[in-house]
Amino acid sequence: MTMKLMTSALAIGVALGLTSGAASAQDFTEAKQGGSMIVTYKDDVSTLDPAIGYDWQNWSMIKSLFDGLMDYEPGTTILKKDLAEDYTISDDGMTFTFKLRPGVKFHNGRELTAEDVKYSLDRVTNPETQSPGAGFFGSIEGYDAMASGEATSLSGVTVIDPYTVEIKLSRPDATFLHVMAINFSSIVPKEEVEKWGLDFGKHPVGSGAFKLSDWTLGQSLTFERNKDYWHTGVPKLDQITFEIGLEPIVALLRLQQGEADIPGDGIPPAKFLEVTADPAYKDLVIEGGQLHTGYITMNVLMPPFDNLKVRQAVNMAINKDRAVRIINGRAVPANQPLPPTMPGYAKDYEGYAFDPEAAKALLAEAGFPDGFETELYVYNTDPNPRLAQSFQQDLAAIGIKAEIRSLAQANVIAAGGEPDQAPMIWSGGMAWIADFPDPSNFYGPILGCDGAVQGGWNWSWYCNKDLDAAAVEADAMTDPAKAGEREQKWRDIFLKIMDDAPWVPVFNEQRFTMRSEKLGGPDAIFVDPVHVPVNYDYVYSNDVQ
Amino acid sequence: MSGSAAVSATPVRPGAGRVLRQLMVRPRSAFALVVIVTMVAAAVLAPWIVPYDPNDQMFDGLSLEGAPLPPSAQFWLGTDLLGRDLFSRLILGTQTSLIIGLLANGIAVMLGAGVGITAGFLGGWVGGILMRFTDLMMAFPALLLAIVLAAIFKPSLLIVAVVIAMVNWVQMARVIYTETRSLAEREFISVQRAMGASTFRILRLHVLPHLLYSIIVFGTLGISTTVLLEATLSYLGVGVQPPTPSWGNIIYENQTYFANAPWLVFFPGLAIVLLALSFNLLGDVLRDALDPKLKGRH
Amino acid sequence: MWAYLVRRTGEALLILLGISLVTFVLLYLVPADPARQIAGRSATVETVANIRAQLGLDQPFHIQYVRYLGNLLQGDLGRSYLQRSEVAELIAARMPATLLLMAAAIVVELILGLTIGIVAALKRNTAVDQSLMVFSFVTISAPQFVVGILLLYVFAVRLHWFPIGGYGSFAHLVLPAITIGLLGTGWYSRMMRSSMIDVLAQDYVRTARAKGLGRLRIILRHVVPNAVLPIIAMIGIDIGLFMSGIVVVESVFGWPGIGQLAWQAIQRVDIPIIMGVTLVSACFIVLGNLVADLIAPLVDPRIKLK
Repeated sequence: MTMKLMTSALAIGVALGLTSGAASAQDFTEAKQGGSMIVTYKDDVSTLDPAIGYDWQNWSMIKSLFDGLMDYEPGTTILKKDLAEDYTISDDGMTFTFKLRPGVKFHNGRELTAEDVKYSLDRVTNPETQSPGAGFFGSIEGYDAMASGEATSLSGVTVIDPYTVEIKLSRPDATFLHVMAINFSSIVPKEEVEKWGLDFGKHPVGSGAFKLSDWTLGQSLTFERNKDYWHTGVPKLDQITFEIGLEPIVALLRLQQGEADIPGDGIPPAKFLEVTADPAYKDLVIEGGQLHTGYITMNVLMPPFDNLKVRQAVNMAINKDRAVRIINGRAVPANQPLPPTMPGYAKDYEGYAFDPEAAKALLAEAGFPDGFETELYVYNTDPNPRLAQSFQQDLAAIGIKAEIRSLAQANVIAAGGEPDQAPMIWSGGMAWIADFPDPSNFYGPILGCDGAVQGGWNWSWYCNKDLDAAAVEADAMTDPAKAGEREQKWRDIFLKIMDDAPWVPVFNEQRFTMRSEKLGGPDAIFVDPVHVPVNYDYVYSNDVQ
Repeated sequence: MSGSAAVSATPVRPGAGRVLRQLMVRPRSAFALVVIVTMVAAAVLAPWIVPYDPNDQMFDGLSLEGAPLPPSAQFWLGTDLLGRDLFSRLILGTQTSLIIGLLANGIAVMLGAGVGITAGFLGGWVGGILMRFTDLMMAFPALLLAIVLAAIFKPSLLIVAVVIAMVNWVQMARVIYTETRSLAEREFISVQRAMGASTFRILRLHVLPHLLYSIIVFGTLGISTTVLLEATLSYLGVGVQPPTPSWGNIIYENQTYFANAPWLVFFPGLAIVLLALSFNLLGDVLRDALDPKLKGRH
Repeated sequence: MWAYLVRRTGEALLILLGISLVTFVLLYLVPADPARQIAGRSATVETVANIRAQLGLDQPFHIQYVRYLGNLLQGDLGRSYLQRSEVAELIAARMPATLLLMAAAIVVELILGLTIGIVAALKRNTAVDQSLMVFSFVTISAPQFVVGILLLYVFAVRLHWFPIGGYGSFAHLVLPAITIGLLGTGWYSRMMRSSMIDVLAQDYVRTARAKGLGRLRIILRHVVPNAVLPIIAMIGIDIGLFMSGIVVVESVFGWPGIGQLAWQAIQRVDIPIIMGVTLVSACFIVLGNLVADLIAPLVDPRIKLK
């Protein structure tokens, strides 16, 4: 998920969630149903079609409206079975057979069967659907024929009987069960998709815990509890109202006045110090990690960034502590691409220390004793231009004169996708946030050769064939017993990348949100690492307890 | 409603000295002149009078938690979210506003007057096409146009000025067109034409002098429009690029803090209003002083 | 009259056609690639090319434009690239909020503008007149985002009189309406003032005065109604001013109108929405001007349609 902050992390999710939530862990599964809440967002909800929706607002909404074969335990990144009652994996790791839960009904009353699973996977991989997530299914047999338009159905997906579906892969894929848990794999009813056509995203029909009861464009959405939900006791609330178009700061003031329950966009920086210092609100503030890294890319095809020493000098020149201070300490400084809570993170790695003198010396060694002029591209929403100015001052200290190009997001992305446009890009607001908690998700498109193409997301244009090969090997290690070995392999890959220094990893952002006193549930579900930003299904109301 | 302008081959020309005296005597324009002179002086002398380096992100310019500091003896107008001295940035922002104001408005005036005179004097299908295009630009939602233009080009000071000029020339073109049209139909121009005077000569000697006042008046008022549009574009984040301070982008960078640090919006806002107001007042008094037809209305 | 109307409508259509062409050219030049945006970050080059072809973005410029026009004639503004909804539906859903804001702004500027103009004209050349006129200059010299933010700070954050942005009740409407209305207030008060001064100098006012009618009665019955007529005609032209203002004001106050829609679309470079909002705004401006020109002769017989 690229647009805004996504997915959070296993260790932090667990650590934070359980320290405060352990006591209430019992309550929340047994909490009574009833009550309602108001969640606010700034931006419009674009679509609730699970094949298309890919942003901060609709991610968790879609998870509440639809179900997939797999899901995660609430508040954690631990995979669990969802619509799949059970599954088996063949010895070679190439065939997955899923047994469906019987009696699951779509919101229109029809029972969900294996045909629907096949239809949904065919639909999401069909180029005509224009799904931004189609690429996740690349390991399913027959994907290439779908992508090129030669086939209209995935040859690797077979319906065995109404409750059994078999999926064959064309290559071993250690992340396949995660893929079955992302929104793009949600099961949709064919008749409703065909009925609404391109407007299915406005009239979503799934099998999830909630159903959409009203949508006033640009203003609000209302979800109602799905009384026939197969998972008894879930969801807790009868109704959720999403109010749209509220600036985060307005949203927070509303919450303080009791007019809203969750600020969906989190606590705005301007209010952060005030709220965290106020004893009245301190207990309502919830902190969570996320699988996010903010980084500066250096285009290795554009001189002088083709010079390793220049890239290393820049790595030593950036004052990450000041960057963290500018965003009020809502992040931790980073020294490698992977966030600390991602499997494969190298705890002992020290990275490039902040040392302007050494950076200057290295720059002189590289042949630029007087520095050089360059450009730094940045997305033009706060706090990114401010952070860019901080980096600009750091670079000036070692003689690099960087001009800031502050542009609309789509224009920065377009410039990054050209080999000769953007020498440096600050990733803020567009940064890579993992779709699922696996290190492979942090490699291919942003650091691998696949992404270093025109229009790609590898904005540093770094392409190392040896690492690509190592990545393929790592992802072929599907045996759960070899998980540790696989993690080590990924660790090595990311450390080798840091030797070549195509990025300056700057910080890993933390999420801060708040809930009203009315709401109950363990903290972890309010900063759920997967159901981002909030796992709506398990929030309960203290009013009815 | 006193006085009527005599229509003659040479315009009635209130002496430059008299106009200037009028400007100094009337309280409104005197106020405007004081503000403008002060701001121009601040812009020119900026490097010598700023108390701090306007781009220096000072460590002691922020609280330890990273919050901006309120006005104090050390930082007269407080600091911004990066710990820079707001007063110094406002002074440097005066440069930006004035440079854009003059540059963009200069381009707009030349373009507008050029189109207006050409269309008005030549008439015919050339004039028709030019004025239909002007109508078209009048119907364009100006701000949307400016934002889209700003998104296409890599923003820089010059680009921002050009974008603003592209939006602002239309008003001038309409005014000049109407006046040129009525001049071109007058007798003395036909006489000149019959006498074989070249088009250029007629324009230079008989048309331009008549138009000069309108150009001066609308040129002055236009600076105000330009300053406002620059501020708005910068406020939306598509104008002047950081770290170059502009009053608009200072507000843009700091507005999320407005509830806690209102000075970061108030002072730059005040600066914008003062400058735009001054050029509006000046233009208004100039109109009275230069155009006797409108005298006495205000 | 009918001939005039037909000619003006024809002109208006030509202008709209021109605007659609200019906007289309400009958006064609924007560097962002819509197909890339739709395809997402994990898409292959093939997938992107496929989407580009589906949207017809691989066609030469003139074919794309002609196709857009063809759809436009059938009332189809296309679908948003990123939201995938019909642009017409998105605009229609947000139009009521924008119209409400505009109507309220017109009320504000008429009440404030006319009052100030009348008082200033009656107290002509006094300190009251001077200060009111300076105030009217301040309102046209203050950028709307500054006015909006300051109103929010004073009346919402500090005094709690009004909500801090949002939509849904009368209280939400007040501050944004004042913010937009203030700009027109400046113009109206000045026009009303000169219009009043003109009327006050007319013979029939003198006659009425000579007949011994009370001053207040003369002003209310004779002067104000006559002076206000030319100003009513200006409301149509105001719409143009509003159309630029709403982008800023709606984003400052979180008002769910087409200005906010346009601003969100510009940030994401969602071209069909930008196209649609530009055309709809231009329609309003053209229509407003037309109405103003049609009303003018009705309220002031000296003006003739030509």
